[in-house]
Amino acid sequence: MKPSLFIGLLMAASLFAGTFAHAETIFLSTQLRPIEEATAVRNVILKDLQAPVEYVVEEPPQFAVRMEAERQAGKHTISLVGALHGELSPIAAKDGFVPLDDLAKELQAKGMPKALLDLGKLGTDKQQYIPWMQATYVMAANKQALQYLPEGADINKLTYDQLIEWGRKMQAETGQPRIGFPAGPKGLMARYFQGYFYPSFTGGVVRPFKSQDAAKGWESFKQLWAVVNPNSTNYNFMQEPLLADEIWVAWDHIARLKEAIASQPDQYVIFPAPAGPKGRGYMPVVAGLAIPQGAPDEAGAKTVIEHLTKPETQILTAQNVGFFPTVDAKLPSDVEPGIAMLAAGVDATQQAPDAVISLLPVGLGDRGGEFNKVYMDTFQRIVIRGEPVADVLNQQASNLSKLMGEAGAPCWAPDATSQGPCPVE
Amino acid sequence: MPNNKSWIPYLLIAPSVIFLALLFLLPLVQTIWLAVSEGGVPSLANLQTMAGDLNFRLAIRNTFLLTLAVVPIQILIALAMGSMVAKVGAGRETILWIWTIPLGISDLAAGLLWLSILQNSGYLNSLLFNLGVIERQANWLSYQTPIALFFAIAVAEIWRGTAIVMVIIVAGLNQVPKEFREAAEVFGAGRWTRFLRITLPLIKPALQSALILRTVLAFEVFAVVYALGGSNMPVLVGEAYTWQNQNQNYGVAAAYAVLIMVISLAATLVYLKAVKVDPERLP
Amino acid sequence: MSAGQPSSFGSARKLLLWSGIAALCAWVLIPIYLVALGAFGGRSGVYQWPKSILPTGVSFEPFLLFLKTEGVAGAFLNSVGAAAVTVVLSVLIGAPAGYALARYDFKGKGSFRLLVLLTRAFPLAILALPLTVSFIRIGLYDTVIGVGLVHTILALPFAALVTQGIFMGVPRELEEAAWVFGCSRPQAFFRIVAPLALPGLAATAVFAFVISWNEVFAASVLTVRNRTLTAYLLTVLAESPLHYRLAGGLLLILPSVIFIFAVRRYLFAIWGISSK
Repeated sequence: MKPSLFIGLLMAASLFAGTFAHAETIFLSTQLRPIEEATAVRNVILKDLQAPVEYVVEEPPQFAVRMEAERQAGKHTISLVGALHGELSPIAAKDGFVPLDDLAKELQAKGMPKALLDLGKLGTDKQQYIPWMQATYVMAANKQALQYLPEGADINKLTYDQLIEWGRKMQAETGQPRIGFPAGPKGLMARYFQGYFYPSFTGGVVRPFKSQDAAKGWESFKQLWAVVNPNSTNYNFMQEPLLADEIWVAWDHIARLKEAIASQPDQYVIFPAPAGPKGRGYMPVVAGLAIPQGAPDEAGAKTVIEHLTKPETQILTAQNVGFFPTVDAKLPSDVEPGIAMLAAGVDATQQAPDAVISLLPVGLGDRGGEFNKVYMDTFQRIVIRGEPVADVLNQQASNLSKLMGEAGAPCWAPDATSQGPCPVE
Repeated sequence: MPNNKSWIPYLLIAPSVIFLALLFLLPLVQTIWLAVSEGGVPSLANLQTMAGDLNFRLAIRNTFLLTLAVVPIQILIALAMGSMVAKVGAGRETILWIWTIPLGISDLAAGLLWLSILQNSGYLNSLLFNLGVIERQANWLSYQTPIALFFAIAVAEIWRGTAIVMVIIVAGLNQVPKEFREAAEVFGAGRWTRFLRITLPLIKPALQSALILRTVLAFEVFAVVYALGGSNMPVLVGEAYTWQNQNQNYGVAAAYAVLIMVISLAATLVYLKAVKVDPERLP
Repeated sequence: MSAGQPSSFGSARKLLLWSGIAALCAWVLIPIYLVALGAFGGRSGVYQWPKSILPTGVSFEPFLLFLKTEGVAGAFLNSVGAAAVTVVLSVLIGAPAGYALARYDFKGKGSFRLLVLLTRAFPLAILALPLTVSFIRIGLYDTVIGVGLVHTILALPFAALVTQGIFMGVPRELEEAAWVFGCSRPQAFFRIVAPLALPGLAATAVFAFVISWNEVFAASVLTVRNRTLTAYLLTVLAESPLHYRLAGGLLLILPSVIFIFAVRRYLFAIWGISSK
């Protein structure tokens, strides 16, 4: 009898395990998920708050379904949400957030850049989210690769032609392609095309989609791809192939390079992405904090937002997890070497004299994913499947046009502003 | 068999029907509606988007090929496992238990497992390198080696899913009365004849269940394919998830899901006809 | 057993048999061993080239971290609870349905079979949105029972079809004989049929447990604080270093393997039962 009694008790215990409600502010986040980072959030970053906050992490697909389900059902358990700009956009499109204009005014007075706060409006006239952390994409190189740099190339000022030559040399000398891109299903390759490739070759994102400059750019990219490791279509996080020594030169989000850089800071260098004919494009990535409409604890959520946007907390966040502050806060000099390198790389990217900033898409509502798909499909067809550049660009341009029309989104930087939906020229 | 109490079967299936109707049918109908409507009005827009998508044909082809490659092999391996173990005395339960271990692995973990074996810096390449067969890392999973990729995924799926089929078939083999086989042996039937003429027909119900379940699951293959194949090998469920999660379009995702459902049901009907189990001919 | 066969032929056969069995066991166990190597090999072990098949630099860091992480014990209990609900409900609901499918021919039998299969023919993650909305409205959101109910939906086809196959293998005459001797139908079922169908019922329990334990998406979306262990670990590990992911995957296999070990006697019951 004993084993079954024990099992019965275990089952009873587990059925009742969750039924004791705690009156806490629940903070759901798609960022800072890895076990070490989440522990840092709970034990360090959220430690000094008066009222307890429960920090729950979630993967983006489940996040989208859950938030929409809570919205449709009308009963909310989540009070505060932390997610990427692109993940918050569909929710905002359905009026899912409490407007935070008063908080935004306070923060602007305290020094948060207006450009950043405006991103938080997501193309509407109300403040949908408060910028929480920012990051960008950089390139990383194993020091072994540096010997193959072309003559006279400055790694902090590379051009695409130099990158291609570098890749050719590495392939010739080591027998396998050593450049890698995160073109896997969970990789961030779409942001490469929107934030780096198109601005560098055409100076825009939507308007010049099928221009002559774009066609030339794609031809160049095909040449680059010839020296890129074909396993790139499997890579989601470039830190892994870097650490496995499969790849020596990679482009990715700083958070997805962090493990490699932090564990072996002497082995790598961080540098800005290359420049094309029209400049050195880059895209700042923003994670924001938002309060769902109908949140059970709106006041508590606002307190947490205020806490997380204090300069001291932002520095603490940067030191622990490698995402950079949105307010004016200088990192102390005793940061871990890996984070310091990433910070230097981000600085070099932002301060480059030929930098072309490409903002996250605004105003796309819930079509943001399909917007990314246009660029990824173009890449798939031109580069992987080898279809003729002009045909693909024409067909994809008509898809893009249709999409922009349906979303009604006006152009954003670096494209020149437009009156109606952003046109594809 | 004459049923004067003809309400009994309905009573027996009532709990499942009610359970499914409340928890499953309602969301199902809502999702199907999502697939065939646009903004509240019936529309084929989602289905058209799905059919015109870049990966649509590839996804259908890959899913079918994978199912055709994997399911028959798993059935054969499971039958072999069951037959082999019948001749073992002590230790039979332990051997069968070992063979069910892959059942306990989630498909995400199975994908990670085979990735660590087949990736460029993985165990397979390490073994080949140490044996001197290759000089540098070989690509097994890239889009430039589609056949190797397909085989890799098929092997991983066979490894992961055979246990499901084996458990069902072994449960069926259990029930074949020993006397039938012994009688056949006494009458001079060889091993192979005994298997084909006695065992196989008697385990038809278990075989049919195993085939149907495994095939329906095979059309839903996803995690292992995406772990190993990345963007290189689209499959139907993967495309459904991509449309829902990355492209944020629930309508087209629902369209893919409806397509998968229709294909699975059609396959089931084919099996029901092909592996006919006549209740009267059973002992 | 094999009378009249020359013994050398018989022992060659035995050798073949055992090498086949050994090969299949290796086929199952070697990949598991390799995962264990990766999980225990420490942060840099997973990135080595070429990889060694012998354990070097063993580190228990991931496991210690899991055990220390807040919420792991609670998540484990939640998983057990959800799995228990799934096992009990699938057997209670699925076995009668399997019996009906095996013994009776009734109008709507074909449609019922298709209905039951429908739950596996439709990817659950696509259904997750309307399902979650319903659960929030009913009040089953963020509960272990709610997760168990959804997992039962997934396990039901296994329950019904496997038990159908098994009940079909139990001779009708045995039941009829019991009726002749005065047993009522339920008595005949529980005394005669159920023991003979034990492997099928055990298989149903095993599938139900494993399906519930390994399910991630629905278990994540439907819960906030009462995550199952699988949902919790896999969410937390999705962007973690590789050796953590391998360790998490390995850890999650253990309960299923233990459960199957516990029921293996019923699952692989005596061969040729009818000779009892």
